[in-house]
Amino acid sequence: MTDTVLTVPLHRLAHGRTGDKGNRSNISVIAWHPALWDVLVDQVTEEAVARQFAERRPSQVTRHVLPKLQAMNFVLDGVLDGGVNDALNLDSHGKALSFLLLDLPVQVPAALAQHLAGPR
Amino acid sequence: MANHSPLLVGCAAGFSGDRTDAAAPVVQALVDSGRPAVLIFETLAERTLALAQLARRGNPEAGYEPLLDDLLRPVLAQCLRHGVRIVSNFGAANPHGAALRIQQLARELGARRPRVAVVHGDDLSGPEHRALLAQALGADMPTQPIVSANAYIGAQPIADALRAGADIVVCGRVADPSLVVGPALAHYGWQLDDWDRLARATMAGHLLECGAQVTGGYFADPGYKDVAGLARLGYPIAEIDADGHCSITKPASTGGRVDERTVKEQLLYELHDPAAYLTPDVVADITGARVAQAGTDRVRLDGVRGHARTPTLKVNVCFESGWFAEGEISYAGARAEARARLAGEVLRERLAGVAPLRIDLIGVASVFGDDAGRWLAAQAPGDARDVRLRVALQHPEHASAQRLVREVTALYCCGPAGGGGVRTAMRPRLGTVSCLVPRAAVATGFTLLD
Repeated sequence: MTDTVLTVPLHRLAHGRTGDKGNRSNISVIAWHPALWDVLVDQVTEEAVARQFAERRPSQVTRHVLPKLQAMNFVLDGVLDGGVNDALNLDSHGKALSFLLLDLPVQVPAALAQHLAGPR
Repeated sequence: MANHSPLLVGCAAGFSGDRTDAAAPVVQALVDSGRPAVLIFETLAERTLALAQLARRGNPEAGYEPLLDDLLRPVLAQCLRHGVRIVSNFGAANPHGAALRIQQLARELGARRPRVAVVHGDDLSGPEHRALLAQALGADMPTQPIVSANAYIGAQPIADALRAGADIVVCGRVADPSLVVGPALAHYGWQLDDWDRLARATMAGHLLECGAQVTGGYFADPGYKDVAGLARLGYPIAEIDADGHCSITKPASTGGRVDERTVKEQLLYELHDPAAYLTPDVVADITGARVAQAGTDRVRLDGVRGHARTPTLKVNVCFESGWFAEGEISYAGARAEARARLAGEVLRERLAGVAPLRIDLIGVASVFGDDAGRWLAAQAPGDARDVRLRVALQHPEHASAQRLVREVTALYCCGPAGGGGVRTAMRPRLGTVSCLVPRAAVATGFTLLD
């Protein structure tokens, strides 16, 4: 039973917020619980985030890890179609993009299920 | 000048367009504390200054925060009576005009005459600065008319104005956290190279600069992150100690929450490298930062370090970049998504060759999508029953951009069945480029009004 692995969206493990400067977006990923931290660091990598934003063709994805805050900061370059003054998107700031990242599927050992946020 | 009674800084606006009834509970809490206190309003985003410059072109007395009266009227007299000083960038493109209006407002309210300081030096839009911008921007120098050019200046002129006795300090483009660093510098008498303390006050300012975003605003997610009283959020107050460390609180009997989660989200908001958060005052390093709940709606931040500031200042230049056009039409009921998709195809054919057209199907795929349409193309067609087609483009020429407006409107008679609720909009577009200029090229200071 303890070997069982659940596949859940990242928003069950973490919360976050998006900010923008020009054509660069940054998205925080903050662990709901310390027990989930290692899973986040292992699976929410620069490569995984770049895949999640593939349609936006990021020129670079950089992950900054902040263990004392149990948080990561992702900096995504070139993903805002030029940014607030140039994009044609309704959401030209990319404010909603934290929820695109938080849809990322993550594999979680069943033993950690009790620490996941949201419905049981 | 050094003063070691803790300084309270309250923030009652996080952008131009924020709620204007936030200040009264914050000021009441500041007054009730009996401690030295400052109220800040942060009202400038990246493009707000360009809009303010355009307003000033139409009316030389305009160009400051349009909601200035609404922000100040409820609290100005009380602040003056109790010695709560006010620091804000609500001067925008016309800090002097804002200062005159504040003096007039104080008269109207029967308050004592305030000592109002105007910070200057940020505005580089004049012709005398054009060569500096051309050199700094190089190939990025706009060929279109420049609307605004502002350096992000730092805390020093704010601190100097407060030390000179200003009740109210009116700024244009200062870095947002400097609205807090300035009062802390003036209060504690720190040296300008006391990097750790400057960095800590900078992060206190960073936590405050978006107003309610640290007290439960922009946080709620039902079932995951519940926030009580979102309709009556309390705005934040930072208690800053003599070493610059801060605790974030909010006024009693207001909505919202201050906990480790709200503070972490705001700490990382619009931050890139956590080891090097660049401001005009310092390079802040939060890699060792910790946040800890220290009571109900009270979170302490410590562990922030600082490094020497950079030798340059960031300048944002806004320029006229043509026209933005958008239009929308709704489809509902059976095959609504198919009809909306068909309307999009019709528009793409009708507008071929004008400019790249963005297509969104609101209710199916819109905000996550990219301008090139790769995201939308990856979504398999479905049978959504309530879909709003939205299209947008930009063009240097007004007449060309306006073709989108006409074509969307014409869908009423020529498009798929049952389209309704057309809305269209045309807006002038502002482009932005940024550069770095040497500090010595930007002369900052303040003037106390008579």
